[in-house]
Parts: sequence; C-alpha cells; structure tokens
Amino acid sequence: MPLIKEHDYGTPESKAEHKVQLEINGISVTVPSGTSVMRAASECGVDIPKLCATDSLDAFGSCRMCLVEIDGAKGTPSSCTTPVGDGMKVRTQSARLERLRRGVMELYISDHPLDCLTCAANGDCELQDTAGEVGLRDVRYGFTGENHLSQEKDLSNPYFDFDPSKCIVCSRCVRACDEIQGTFALTIEGRGFNSKVAASAGEAFMDSECVSCGACVQACPTATLMERSVVEHGMPTRSVITTCAYCGVGCSFKAELQGEDVVRMVPHKDGGANEGHSCVKGRFAFGYATHKDRITNPMIREQITDPWKEVSWDEAITHTAARFKIIQEKYGRGALGGITSSRCTNEEVFLVQKLVRTAFANNNVDTCARVCHSPTGYGLKQTFGTSAGTQDFKSVDHADVMLLIGSNPTDAHPVFASRMKRRLREGAKLIVVDPRRIDLVETPHVRATHHLQLKPGTNVAVVNALAHVVVTEGLADSSYVAERCDEDSFERWKTFISDPSNSPEALENKTSVPASEIRAAARLYANADTAAIYYGLGVTEHSQGSSMVMGMANLAMVTGNVGRVGVGVNPLRGQNNVQGSCDMGSFPHELPGYRHVSDAGVRDLFEGDWGVKIDSEPGLRIPNMFAAALDGSFKGIFVQGEDIAQSDPDLKHVMAALEAMECVVVQDLFLNETAAFAHIFLPGTSFLEKDGTFINAERRINRVRPVMKPKCELQEWEVASRLATAMGYPMHYNSAAEIMDEIARLTPTFSGVSFDYLDQARSVQWPCNETAPEGTPIMHVDGFVRGKGQFMITQYIPTEERANRYFPLILTTGRILSQYNVGTQTRRTENIRWHGEDLLEIHPVDAELRGVTDGALVSLTSRKGQVTLRAEITDRVPPGVVYTTFHHATTGANVVTTELSDWATNCPEYKVTAVQVTLSNHPAEWQAQRIERRPAMTIISEPAE
Amino acid sequence: MKENNLERVDLIRMANQIAQYFEPYGEEEAVKGVANHLRMFWAPRMRRDLLATLKESIEGVNPLVISAAETLSDTV
Repeated sequence: MPLIKEHDYGTPESKAEHKVQLEINGISVTVPSGTSVMRAASECGVDIPKLCATDSLDAFGSCRMCLVEIDGAKGTPSSCTTPVGDGMKVRTQSARLERLRRGVMELYISDHPLDCLTCAANGDCELQDTAGEVGLRDVRYGFTGENHLSQEKDLSNPYFDFDPSKCIVCSRCVRACDEIQGTFALTIEGRGFNSKVAASAGEAFMDSECVSCGACVQACPTATLMERSVVEHGMPTRSVITTCAYCGVGCSFKAELQGEDVVRMVPHKDGGANEGHSCVKGRFAFGYATHKDRITNPMIREQITDPWKEVSWDEAITHTAARFKIIQEKYGRGALGGITSSRCTNEEVFLVQKLVRTAFANNNVDTCARVCHSPTGYGLKQTFGTSAGTQDFKSVDHADVMLLIGSNPTDAHPVFASRMKRRLREGAKLIVVDPRRIDLVETPHVRATHHLQLKPGTNVAVVNALAHVVVTEGLADSSYVAERCDEDSFERWKTFISDPSNSPEALENKTSVPASEIRAAARLYANADTAAIYYGLGVTEHSQGSSMVMGMANLAMVTGNVGRVGVGVNPLRGQNNVQGSCDMGSFPHELPGYRHVSDAGVRDLFEGDWGVKIDSEPGLRIPNMFAAALDGSFKGIFVQGEDIAQSDPDLKHVMAALEAMECVVVQDLFLNETAAFAHIFLPGTSFLEKDGTFINAERRINRVRPVMKPKCELQEWEVASRLATAMGYPMHYNSAAEIMDEIARLTPTFSGVSFDYLDQARSVQWPCNETAPEGTPIMHVDGFVRGKGQFMITQYIPTEERANRYFPLILTTGRILSQYNVGTQTRRTENIRWHGEDLLEIHPVDAELRGVTDGALVSLTSRKGQVTLRAEITDRVPPGVVYTTFHHATTGANVVTTELSDWATNCPEYKVTAVQVTLSNHPAEWQAQRIERRPAMTIISEPAE
Repeated sequence: MKENNLERVDLIRMANQIAQYFEPYGEEEAVKGVANHLRMFWAPRMRRDLLATLKESIEGVNPLVISAAETLSDTV
C-alpha cells in the first residue's frame, strides 16, 4: 500500500443536526450548522490554503492564509474561524486573496531556512506545500535582518527533534498538547518577534512535563517537531494500517515504512479506538521488534542448566511433540497444559487453546487474563450475562460523571485518559477511588470532585457503602430496575445493602474514607443523567475482585446506568488482547464465546467441527497448574508469550513449580525470565510480523497486519498447528483468515466477522452477527444479555492478608506510563530513559520512622520473600501504604506478593501485601540467585545434529 | 494424605473463600452455590483432593464446604 495521507478538512466536524446550505465558488453545499467555511469548502472539494488549521484541533485563526471573501461581509475573514450561514456565498479564490496570501507567505518564508532539499520534512511539509499553492516565487526581504534561523535545536528527547529555527509559531503543537493530549506541557513563551514554543517553563523537552505522546509532532506543519527516525532515515514510502501491541486501548496506527523497515508509527485518524491519538509506547516504542536480543531460531536443551542449542523448526517441533507425548504416556493426559497470551492475536490464541483441547486432550488451558481481568469475566457474566465491558470509548464523551476505580489511565491507558480529560474539561465530574493519588486526582484543568482514598483491600466496603446511600436515600432508578432487572434478586439485594452495617458510617473505620465523602460521591453518581464506571486492576486483583465487579454492576443497575450512551461498567484492560484471549476460549472451563465445557450442545458443535472428544470438565487454572506441578501431577507446559516467572505472584512458588516440570516450552521474542526454566524455546513474532486480529477493551476487533516477514520464519499459528499435527492431531490452515473463519463458524457473537469484512469496515465491536451485522458499540440496550439484570449479594470480607507489627505496611503495585507490564518490550527501547528501575514509593512519615532518605536502597520484605530496591519519598501514597512497579526483572517485585487470590477466579491479590521496609546496602538473596541463573542462558549457535 | 494432591491449606482456603461469598444467601442456597461453583470452576482433581482432605480432617473448614462436598462425590 502506498503512503497513506488522510485528508485534512482544516477544522473538526460539527455534530449539529441542523443543516445549513451555502454556496462556495458557485458550488452548493449542505453541512451541519457550526461547520467552518473552511471545512464546508473542503467537503465539496475546495481546499483553502492553511497553516494553523488542522481538523484535529479547534480553529485558531492566526496564520491568515485561509482568508476568503463572503458576499455582504466586510474584509476577508479567515475561513477556519467563520461558521457557515444559510445562503452564504463564499469565494475562496480572487486576485485580492491571492495577493494577500502570497504576502503573508512571503513574511513566513523570510524567517525560515531555505533548506527544503535537505530538510527532514521535504515532501511532507505543509509550509512547503502552501508556498507552492499560493505561488510564492520571490522573497523581497532578504535574510540579513533579525531572524530565528540560528536557534539551537533541542535533541533531548530520544524520539523527536525540536528545531525552533523552522517554527512558524502556529501554535498547533501547543494546542495539540492542550486539546488532544490534555497535558498542557507546551506554551508560547514571549511576545511578538520573541514568541517561541517552550516546553514547561522553558526546559528541555526531556526535562519538561511532556509525556512524549507525539501529538505535537503529528500536528507540526513544518520540520520543527520531527521524528528522529525520519531525520535519520528519510521519509517513508508506504503505509500498512495495523494495531498497537501494548495496552487494551488498541490504537490503530499507520506503520510507515521504507521497504520492511519501520520509519515511524503514526496514529490513524480513522482508528475507532484512538481517532488519531497515541502515547509514547505505541507511537515510539516499537524498536524492540528489531532488537539484537530477539531470538529467531528454535532452541532446545536437556536440562535447564545446560546451554541452549539452536535447531531447525522441524527438529524443534518433532522434539517438542515427542517430549509432550512421553509425558502423556507416563503421567496421563492431564499432565500437560498451556497458557495463552494477551499479546498474541486471536487466531494464535484460538489455535493454542485448540491444541490443548485436541492434541493435549484436556482443558488445561488458561491465559494471562487469569492474573488480571478474570474477575471481570465472572462478575459481569453473573450480573449482565456477558463477560465484557458495556460501552465504546466514545461513550465517555457523553458521561456527566465518571466513577474511576482502581485504575490509573494516564499511565496505563493514556489515549483513553486523554479522552476522559477532554470530557472533564468540558465540565464532567470525576470521582476517584484509589489508595494512591493518581494524576487524574489533580492535573492541569482537571480536579476530581471526590478522591475516596480507601485503605487497600476495602473496595467492596466502599462500593457497598455507595450503593447503601443510593438505596436508603431514595436515589435508585426504580422504574429502570422494575423494567430491566430481576425482581427477586433486587429485593434480596435491597434488604442486604440497606442494612446499617453497609452504611458509610459503619464502614468508615474499615475503609478510612470519611462517610460524608462517600455520601456526597454516591449522590453525585446517582443524580447524574449519565454516570459511567471505569475500572482497572485495582478492582480485580483482590481476594474479593469478583465481588467488587458485581458490586459495581449492582450500583450501575440500581441507578439505571447501563444500556445507553454515556454510562456503563467499563473494564480498562491491561494488555491489547485481553478481551480477545478470553473471547477465544482460553479459560479452562469455557470454549470460545464463554460457553461452559459442561454444555453438551456446545461440545457437540466443537466435536463435530474438530473431530475429537472434548473433556466435559474444567481444566486447571494457572495457579492450580503450579500447585499440581509441585504435587507431581502436572509435568509439561506450553507458555505462549507470557513471562510467568516475572509476572505471576509469589515467584519462588512459581519457579519451584517450573523447576518441577519435565518439559517447559516457552514461545517468546526474548529469552525472558521463564525461559530460564525452559527446555524448549520457540521464537515468536512481534506485532509487526503478525497477521490476525486483536480485540480491545471496548470489544473492538481490529486487524493486525504484517509489515515485515516473520523474523523466525513461521507465524505463531503455524507453530501451534504444526505441533498439534506432530502430536497426532492433524491441523492445517492456509492463512490466519481461515482461522478467523473457523472462529466465526463456531462462535455466535463472531458469526459476521471475517478478514474481508474487517478490511472493509476497518473494525467492528462484537457481537457482530445476523442480529447486529454492523457490530454492537453499546451492549444491553434493549435488555440484558442474560435477560433480566441480576443483583448479587456482595458482602465485604476482609482479606486474610493483614498488616501486623512485623509487616506494618501494605504494598500495592501498578505500572507507569513509559513501561509496559514486565517490561520485556519497553525495556528494550529508549523508554528506559524515563524509568531505569522500579522504585518504592513511601510516605514521608513512614520514611522518617525508618530513617529512609530519598533514593536510599531499602529491603522490601513480606512473609513470602524479600527484594531490594530504591525508595522514592512521596505523599502520593498515604501513610501505611507503599507502592512499586514490576517492570524490571532485576527488582522481582512479585517475589514479595502472596498466594492469596480472588475467591471466584483465583486472580492473584497483587494489590494487598503486608510488608516491612528497612534500609539496605545489598541485593536480596533472590536477586543474587537470579544473577546466578543467567549463565544458563548461553546459546550455542551451531545447529544441533 | 496421599502423595499426589494439591496443598491442603490452599484447597481449604480457596473453598472457604467460596463459602464465605455464598454465606449471605442462606444455607440451602449457599450449599448449592458452593457445590455449583466447585463443579463449574474446579478441575476434577482439585475436587477429588478436596474430598480426600475433608475425609482426613474438617478442622478449619467452613460448614458450607462440608455440606457442598457431600453433593460432589459423584462428580470426581
């Protein structure tokens, strides 16, 4: 596909319903009222020259290039700031306009370097294009006067250059930072001739508040802000539209290439999830795909202490199949299992679960969603009838109140956070429920109305208290409940929730949240016309994760906030394909489409298609696999793209389980921590090589298109099918599209999906079938999927993990903007410059008590283990709570997390660990052992015979 | 206790957590809820190990788990 350049209409689309008819250059055009003359002209094929205008930003009217003549109007108004009027007659070209535009352009160019041929933006410069459009042939003013041509470049950011000598002070970068990203990091400093773009208070970009989302680079019409990769390699020549491989927002990107080399990733304007915006990870941190650490050949070894030996794919597949079959024969078919990955496509995940259910002949398949959003699946299915969020992202544009629980979107889901901030700047109210003061509590032009700074582990008490207020103060939407919800379950729940033991006052000493704050927040949420709940792993990763999901669903139902735009219960998924990997039947109790394995009718369908008998009993979940490995009944595992020896809790237990197995197969891009325990390593493909689909947090199915050939020769779905065949279950597909056809054939909510459909529709939100041929942006519109909404009792039960005098602090974990999960990808990019190590946030009071100074090495000890890391003193965390990230394998944050898990799903309780913090001057024992394990990662490059 | 079973302490803790969730539903419904949850989400070997461990001792086990287990013997 040649380089894609989306059309720029100059100003945003008007959403008004009222239409206006006008004439532009004699052409009649009808547009919504509120549309600018510039956009109306563009829509009828007349593009007016412009510099400061672009359709992702509000009109600014500063460059004076887009002047037009309007019958009956004085002068030559700027078309970007002039709204259309009924009967208006506009001329965009005349001798006067031509003269005016050329004169303005001459002034711009008189203070602009004339180095077009050697400029990085050559061929992609709006200033260059516009100079051509207005016919500028001569600059009369010369370059000897005062100018900006020798201003110093700012090269501090690793991903883009700032060259102020090329700046025309159009403010597009500043406005992009304000309007699109919502960070307000840029400004125009000085006045008149001295006006210049500045980051924060005139700091270098790298030292400023800039979050490197790339919106300013995207908006810049010249080479002032330019991707470093374009500066170094030149303009790309072709585009491939694909989907980001990081968080659950699932941004659509144009991969812009020279041959197979990615020059830059540009957010796609037509991307349903991101609509042209991006974050530092998706926009810039793709270099890991070609990092020197990539393993591209299969490798085997007899013992995990042996060096690796590279082998051919044929040998690797034969060897893996043989090892697995020996285990099956020796220990029984239940001794094998597999883990699918939310970093892989639906097609890849579907085939791994099929491999397990057919060739392994059991249901021992689980997915990394086990350790993040499995309670979402359970909780929303019980209450609403389907294991997915209710809204599309756009819905937040209509939310009057947002209840944000256990989620830090500006770091973990930055592109959606920008959308939230935009709505908040428009006046929507925000309630934050989080032990930590996340950025959204107070950030430029955004301040949460309520921050319910609860004690970790008391989510359910808080949501019950909120619901108690709604019910006892008469704030329930009775007609909605009567019409849409199950009466018996509501009456029972109403009795439960009305009990004084659920009042904010009764729970205050447990939650640490003032009762008056809870009452005020409940009233705000319940009285809003549209109130939406957004949540993250701070909800799910608790021993009561599933109860909390159901508690939020109860709250949404009782206030009538499900089934229309602007409302809903919305999980913000951690990884790009968490939703998809769950949809694809990765859970041990469910076949694709969330259908239980005990359902004979469903099994018949799959057995008929696959030609094998499917076990009617649930298989083992990830933690159960580890336990079974340690009791000797689970001996072999296929791990697809997950680093369980870093990401899972109670790492010593995980490692002991891996060591106890006879055959651990890891498929990944890199020799990750889990690979240290593997006997077979199968190289995987990055998102730039994959061909398939991802499904984001709004159930949007996006195409992932390969921009380069697989560096390891095979697509991952080919590896799964070849392994199944080698184990005796013939599996063959000619393409990933054929796999999606099978998914659609077997899964009612996907029956309308195919690669051809997605190529034409760009993306679609499931269910997509005969009932909803164009997909389902908002669910439960005419009724809940399960019929009537089910209220569930959610009694608050404190976690077993308690602080005591030995472990007096509570540790909670999370992630930061520049890094992604266990950091396997982002640590291999320049993003490491923002976050070189995991830090332990500790409150000044707790630090002083322990003699801890900022930056000091400290031991973090729980009853499970100990690690050493550096302290950061901050009042973001309240006294009694400490916080860290888990992005660095060297830290091993999960050495200290516990075996406790959610009652319904076994999702680990990452968010509550009782710990002690003491000063230290050496690595912990576990960290020293990790260093000792690394020599076993040696690779012998000679192919094995 | 037989050699090949999941750790008793983990099984009992997980089963007790399930029972605690269903407690407010009243005994009859709660027992059904616990049993159904174990059937739907626990692999047979886990249910088997739970039953085996209950035969050895019911110390520290929620009564709802004990009642639910009685209905599970035909499913392992």
